[in-house]
Amino acid sequence: MSPKRQFQVVGKSVPKKDSMALATGGPMFTADMLPPKYLVARVLRSPHAHARISSIDSSKAEALDGVHAVLHHGNTPRVMRTTAGQGAPEPSPYDFTTFDNKVRFVGDRVAAVAAENAQIAEKALSLIEVEYEVLDPILEVRDALLPGAPVIHDEPDCRVVIPVPYEPSRNLASHVDMVVGDLDAGYEQADLVIDHEYECQYAQHCPIEPHVCLAEPMPDGRLRLTTSTQVPFHVRRIVAQAMQWPVSKIHVVKPRIGGGFGTKQEVLIEDVAAFLAVRTRMPVLFELDRSEEFTSRTRHPMVVRLKTGVKKDGSLTAVDLNVLSNTGAYGSHALTVSCNCGSKVLPLYRWPNIGFAADAVYTNMPVAGAYRGYGATQAYIAMEIQMDEIATSLGMDPLEFRRANLVRKGETSPVFKALGEGREGVDQAIESIGIDKCLRLGAKAIGWKRNRGRPGKGRFRRGVGMCCLMQGSSIPEVDMGSASLKLNEDGSFNLLVGATDLGTGSDTVLSQIAAEVLGVDIDKILVYSSDTDLTPFDVGAYASSTTYLSGEAVRKAALDIATQIRKVASAMMQKPLKDLHLKDGHVIAKDGQSLGLDRIALRTLYEEDQHQIAAFASHVTKKSPPPFSAHFAQVTVDIMTGMVKVEKYVTATDCGTAINPQLAEGQVEGAVVNGLSYALCEEFLFDENGRMKNDSFGQYRIFSSRDVPEMETILVPTYEKTGPFGAKSVSEIGINGPIPTISNAIFDAVGIRLRTSPFTPERVLQALDTQENLHR
Amino acid sequence: MEIHVTINGKQHLWQEPPGEILLNVLRKHGFNSVKFGCGEGECGACSILLDGKSVRACLLVAGQVHGREIVTAEGLGTVDDPHPIQQAFVDSGAVQCGFCTPGMVLSTKALLDKEPEPDRARIKQALDGNLCRCTGYVKIIDAVEKAAERMKR
Repeated sequence: MSPKRQFQVVGKSVPKKDSMALATGGPMFTADMLPPKYLVARVLRSPHAHARISSIDSSKAEALDGVHAVLHHGNTPRVMRTTAGQGAPEPSPYDFTTFDNKVRFVGDRVAAVAAENAQIAEKALSLIEVEYEVLDPILEVRDALLPGAPVIHDEPDCRVVIPVPYEPSRNLASHVDMVVGDLDAGYEQADLVIDHEYECQYAQHCPIEPHVCLAEPMPDGRLRLTTSTQVPFHVRRIVAQAMQWPVSKIHVVKPRIGGGFGTKQEVLIEDVAAFLAVRTRMPVLFELDRSEEFTSRTRHPMVVRLKTGVKKDGSLTAVDLNVLSNTGAYGSHALTVSCNCGSKVLPLYRWPNIGFAADAVYTNMPVAGAYRGYGATQAYIAMEIQMDEIATSLGMDPLEFRRANLVRKGETSPVFKALGEGREGVDQAIESIGIDKCLRLGAKAIGWKRNRGRPGKGRFRRGVGMCCLMQGSSIPEVDMGSASLKLNEDGSFNLLVGATDLGTGSDTVLSQIAAEVLGVDIDKILVYSSDTDLTPFDVGAYASSTTYLSGEAVRKAALDIATQIRKVASAMMQKPLKDLHLKDGHVIAKDGQSLGLDRIALRTLYEEDQHQIAAFASHVTKKSPPPFSAHFAQVTVDIMTGMVKVEKYVTATDCGTAINPQLAEGQVEGAVVNGLSYALCEEFLFDENGRMKNDSFGQYRIFSSRDVPEMETILVPTYEKTGPFGAKSVSEIGINGPIPTISNAIFDAVGIRLRTSPFTPERVLQALDTQENLHR
Repeated sequence: MEIHVTINGKQHLWQEPPGEILLNVLRKHGFNSVKFGCGEGECGACSILLDGKSVRACLLVAGQVHGREIVTAEGLGTVDDPHPIQQAFVDSGAVQCGFCTPGMVLSTKALLDKEPEPDRARIKQALDGNLCRCTGYVKIIDAVEKAAERMKR
């Protein structure tokens, strides 16, 4: 039972703190903050999928008027590392250096130029003379592990820095596996065993602002990086590593950033800007163009094989999930995305016997990395389509079949303990779970009983589909967030957090948490985030962590400063501490007497008992409580053209307490529409040499306003007692649902099971053509 | 070449070499609300109002705006005195990262100036050229409805 709570600021849809400044076009992004004089960086990219650079001559480029520096493997240090933007020591292999003597995908870095303008920089790139020894590429994920396949990372210095399997000699970037129980026995008990492969495609995050970084040498010899990053502290550490500089010489500032979704967790461009700025002693702006953004980092495409066993009564006997993940040319997030395929998916249902194995392999294709959903998206495609297949085979309602097998309150899953991120996980019991209500409300909103199994006749067939989901909230016993607060003389507070608002509204959510504890209006919280010189450390914006993890750090700091304020007030008011609480910008005593926070601040800053009232707190979580969600879609399939139209999409999501319901809804809606776009139209098209052919918004279509179906976003409150005011995460879970939900709805409409995404008209038509029964 | 242009009600005289992309020139002159997203007219982040019509600044050269009138998001309103469309975007939760927002706001202005009472289908159509990856468009469409309703009064 969730405790009934009355909040003043938490749970209210206060406007996002920076939204008016953004709506009025304020200069708040990296590229809006340019100094009067700066150089422009451009990168020469590999035309080959796999080649050795046998020679490189940059003398003509360097001689060009207006060119200030040219960098390549011959004049930069070789420091093997990862771009993954994770905590140290990183679970991603050290298989990357700023410039290498080998290129591993079309678009890989060869050299970089800093010039006085973009035209000169482009011209300089064309003057760099490179000779390549072209090597056989691997352009199909299933070829990577075959004996005799080309070895993509044959350099002797690539390695892993944590004890995990890594075999670059056979293109294996990571491997993870686990078994709980007895799979053979499980399948033996089963009345029905289903075994299929599911495949999902390359996709890019498409933040509307491409990666952009301004590197400025400072008068004191330090370097300031203003950059569109989700991980300012990791940028500082990783750029320092690349440059072989002490961390203390680098200052990273994150201004507003124009969307990230995981791709800005990668430390992808800062090293180039930094090297060029140091080499030229001038500010350098490095901004990716849209085509470069497309092949910067992507979602890991995967082939997922799922085998399940069930009894006739619908009870589960065994599950075996096998993942083949394409990490592309570098192993960024290869292992941890693979781990999440299991850890965020398998605990949702009460499997008695569980097998999981995942290989991430190198190919000479674009590099995959962190992308909202982070492996859960890929594995839920398999799990939630197959749950539908089982239910259909058993003649059960897919919703009721799922409901009967879902994890319940107070239960745990052995998977939590067995699978962490590159190491053993952390055991946890599910203490807040609202999935049952999500199912009930979602089913009602879509008209599940009324609309299911009624496709109609004629050209347009209607269907409904659904799925269940969970995610996590932070990486337990790994991630750390911290916050500091100080009181100003007008009763306002500076809240400094390392946490990174990438447009999600975390600055606002964290301010609401502080305001709630301190009994002040949100306008009294002046939030400043993500500056490595000024704010305390935070791992950054990933793993659905900010509200749950950094939010608790903020709450702890606020509790501390509240106690300090009450102590001063106790002396000033001559009242016992226990009789004082903070409300409406005042300390209020039991008898109703009150004292303004401004009075307390003035006294401590200027008058008596002088000191700065300030507090500081850090937080590491012991759990990663999952948010839960049920998704429902109603689709129309045009059997003449194969066009799938989503008519209505309903989500019901348990994210604990929604600190700001409007922002929480916005997270769900944004994730769902990104997922719908992935389900229906987004895919990379490659030529025979491994070059992405459709690297523009004209050719790689993402959903626009016109494509958005009627959406209903339901929040189902629960209370997670380990989270700030009962909150769990909400930002990632929504992207996992659209592919399985739509596949299941298409099945309901026309009886075809699509196990490969995206569900383009061609793919739907092909499946319809091979299906005999439809036209009878 | 000399370019005379009115931006947000003020006269400007630019000296620019021929062929300079309008987006770059606007940004150089401090109109930072006009964003670079793709440079190919596909994303709408560089939307401006040119003589009241929503156009893409990355597809124009500066010379093409000689003698004409431009409005950018900076010209619609300020933090202290926002335009009702900007206020509606804020109130509706239509601003996440905010990178597409200036363009969205201007495309909304172009729509509502012509059609003060668009239905949701018309709004979706009118904003089709402005991509947003954060919001899923739902709250943006809400904001346009809200702005239309408020501006009617």
